[in-house]
Amino acid sequence: MIKLNINGEERSVDVDADTPLLWVIRDEIGLTGTKFGCGQALCGACTVHMDGQPVRSCQTMAGDVGDAQIVTIEGLVGANATPEGKAVQAAWRALDVVQCGYCQSGQMMSAAALLTENKKPTDEDINAALNGNVCRCATYQRIRAAVHDAARRLEA
Amino acid sequence: MSIQDRIGGGAPLDMSRRGFLAIAGGAGVGLMVGLKPLPAEAEAAGGLVQFNPFVKVAPDGAITVVVKHLDMGQGPTTGLATLIAEEMDADWSQMRTEFAPADATLYANLAFKAQGTGGSTAMANSWEQYRTAGAAARAALVKAAADKWQVAQGEIVVDKGVLSHPSGKRGTYGEFAEAAAKLPAPVGAPQETPFKDAAKFKLIGKEGLHRIDNDPKTDGTAIYTQDVKLPGMLVAAVAHPPRFGGKVKSFDDSEAKKVKGVEKIVQIPQGVAVLAKNTWAAFKGRDALKVEWDLSGAEGRGSEELLRLAKEAVSKPGGAVAATRGDVDGALKGAAKVIEADFTFPYLAHAPMEPLNCVIDLKPDGARLIYGSQFQSIDQPTVAAITGLKPEQVKIETVWAGGSFGRRAVPTADYVAEAASIAKAINGANPVKLVWTREDDTKGGYYRPFYAHKVRAAIGADGMPVAWEHHIAGQSIFAGTALEAMAVKDGVDETSVEGASNLAYAVPNLKVELTTLKVGVPVLWWRSVGHTHTAHVVESVIDELAHAAGKDPVEYRLALLKDKPRHTAALKLAAEKAGWTPGAKPEKGKGRGVAVHESFNTVVAQVVDVTITKNGGVKVDRVVAGVDCGTVINPDVVRAQVEGGVGFGLGAALRDAITLEDGVVQQANFDTYEPLRMSDMPKVEVYAVPSDAKPTGIGEPGVPPLAPALANAIFSATGKRVRDLPLGDQKFTTA
Repeated sequence: MIKLNINGEERSVDVDADTPLLWVIRDEIGLTGTKFGCGQALCGACTVHMDGQPVRSCQTMAGDVGDAQIVTIEGLVGANATPEGKAVQAAWRALDVVQCGYCQSGQMMSAAALLTENKKPTDEDINAALNGNVCRCATYQRIRAAVHDAARRLEA
Repeated sequence: MSIQDRIGGGAPLDMSRRGFLAIAGGAGVGLMVGLKPLPAEAEAAGGLVQFNPFVKVAPDGAITVVVKHLDMGQGPTTGLATLIAEEMDADWSQMRTEFAPADATLYANLAFKAQGTGGSTAMANSWEQYRTAGAAARAALVKAAADKWQVAQGEIVVDKGVLSHPSGKRGTYGEFAEAAAKLPAPVGAPQETPFKDAAKFKLIGKEGLHRIDNDPKTDGTAIYTQDVKLPGMLVAAVAHPPRFGGKVKSFDDSEAKKVKGVEKIVQIPQGVAVLAKNTWAAFKGRDALKVEWDLSGAEGRGSEELLRLAKEAVSKPGGAVAATRGDVDGALKGAAKVIEADFTFPYLAHAPMEPLNCVIDLKPDGARLIYGSQFQSIDQPTVAAITGLKPEQVKIETVWAGGSFGRRAVPTADYVAEAASIAKAINGANPVKLVWTREDDTKGGYYRPFYAHKVRAAIGADGMPVAWEHHIAGQSIFAGTALEAMAVKDGVDETSVEGASNLAYAVPNLKVELTTLKVGVPVLWWRSVGHTHTAHVVESVIDELAHAAGKDPVEYRLALLKDKPRHTAALKLAAEKAGWTPGAKPEKGKGRGVAVHESFNTVVAQVVDVTITKNGGVKVDRVVAGVDCGTVINPDVVRAQVEGGVGFGLGAALRDAITLEDGVVQQANFDTYEPLRMSDMPKVEVYAVPSDAKPTGIGEPGVPPLAPALANAIFSATGKRVRDLPLGDQKFTTA
């Protein structure tokens, strides 16, 4: 059994230590907001926070998580939403960022992590922080605008 | 026009080449749609009253729109809900949506005469149907209120979903839903339910209406196929042959069986399936399989050879004639100047963010499928044929799709058939979720076909074009499918030549030929289909002719589009908003190019600004689009689709290609087939031409002009024409 802290809850899962955190979150815990896109840390759809840092859960093994705090999209914007999570979600909705929506959990996780570190990111900062998050619908222009919008919301 | 004609009987678009779908859907695909209330439904759904196939009203006043189209991001849920809300004078906040079941008698795409989503038809084919459904529901609800209040129907006003009468009486739709459902049919005869006059629109065409899928797609609750979990369900991963057309010779599953969680391993026509209790175990089990393949009948050629064959084909005449007018040979001989240009295009994968998947629960008396179905009228009979069920025993529940770009609508229903084959192989012992990895998706075929083009075009002494000879060679999307006889006429698959055979420019002498090559790699429509390559060729060559004539590219096009008012309007709008100055030379290191193209009855013009970087790369700075898509239903969704089309086209133009060596696909994941990333995304501005014509397509038409406008911008900066896509890592020097 491996013990994990996900969205503030202690969970025990019966998986091998080399099971990617992505599949623990999705198949064992049943939180499906975190998406499978590539399995190789090339697209960012599976991004979660590990002690506040954005990580690709498809390449993070369950056995390596230890007592780190894992936050998924459900934790970022749910009942115990962080200020960054709330601002990002509000901005995403205000600017109608989503199209197919499949990558957006990962985009929002990366955006919220950026805003925690950097209160007023420039376009270049956003490009650098989110370049690993692929969106095949190419909603990038709106994502960029929404990150700026979220930054303004946090400032207010 | 009867209400039945308006709601379901008409075929408002001429989509003859897609008429094939009527057959694909099986005989007896009728379009009759009743407007009769369905009280039985009301009981089953806890007071939810269904007024017609498209509208349900709940006691709390919530209006649920039944969406007959798959939403893979293009926004038809928002658009269709807007049409119903508009006619019902509803408040946007009371609107809900659900996807329609597989039932072509109620939910056919009127452009296809079968149930399916594609060809940018979702809004165009539904424009009258959904408004009629909304108007009919409104009429029934108003009648019920009038009966209860003992007032005339005409005195009742509906605003934001609230009915009111000058006497002070007020009520909600929810209060009258049950009574309205009990009114004798038909409620709301056509003359009582006219469409709203466009001048009275409160929602259609208005800014500020947010996407209806915003909430579930920003809190992780939207359910995609990948997220479906049924009791006892096993996850399946399939080992596919390394070359297209290969088959299983034998396999050794002893190691795969040892993987914890692996439950079953079965051979299916498509390969070997490993079924496990969870996704990771299915992947590990699949990797542990040892399969020996029979590749005797497989495609073994490489991309270089295939492209060489296509180039050879276009270098000589003799293709099937797709279009001809005037005397091209004579005009070429007598021309002042002839330009000859060769183009090549690679295979392209759709690469939606959600790799292909499908959930199926097979029982002796029926099958339940849950997935992002884009083509119910093909998927349903295909599953029936595999499982031995009747089509009506195959129930399809559609869920959100994480992109598609055409990939989920397949004449062979490939991935759905694979899921059904697995379910059959285990005799339906468990529900099955078939999951493809990214690698499966990239290597799985159904690509945009490769093509070679050769154009010889000539101008006269006045610089205007006199002749256009165009030969296209590549694979046909329809050849080899059950739809070939229907879709290929006189050797011409329209999807190979569309956008060239119907050249918009006034060129007096024209000939377009097609040579179709038979290759064992499955191909498919890819966002904007034939226009993905024809637009690049046409818009590059017309640019060359303008240059040869010493004319400004925008003015030259406008002169040739005098009888094309929509092209003219879109082009002028893009040029004006971009600040196009005729004859202006960009500063060193910068370039500007233009293209205009019609696809799916929509015209899009784009002006692209580029910078040639210090290391000779290309950076796209800005794209300004002018769009004529008829009536704009949701301005922001139109903008979003063109923004997305620009990004989708740009990724392909910059670096995407599927290549084969000895029949083996060389790309696997996003490192070798890398989509556009945020740092590549230019600033995109989208402007719509005001129009009160019927809405036309918007999901695809933003794609075709991007590559040629980019190529023309690169030419203006470097003097070099881009005739082979993608750009790849070639370096440019500024002129």
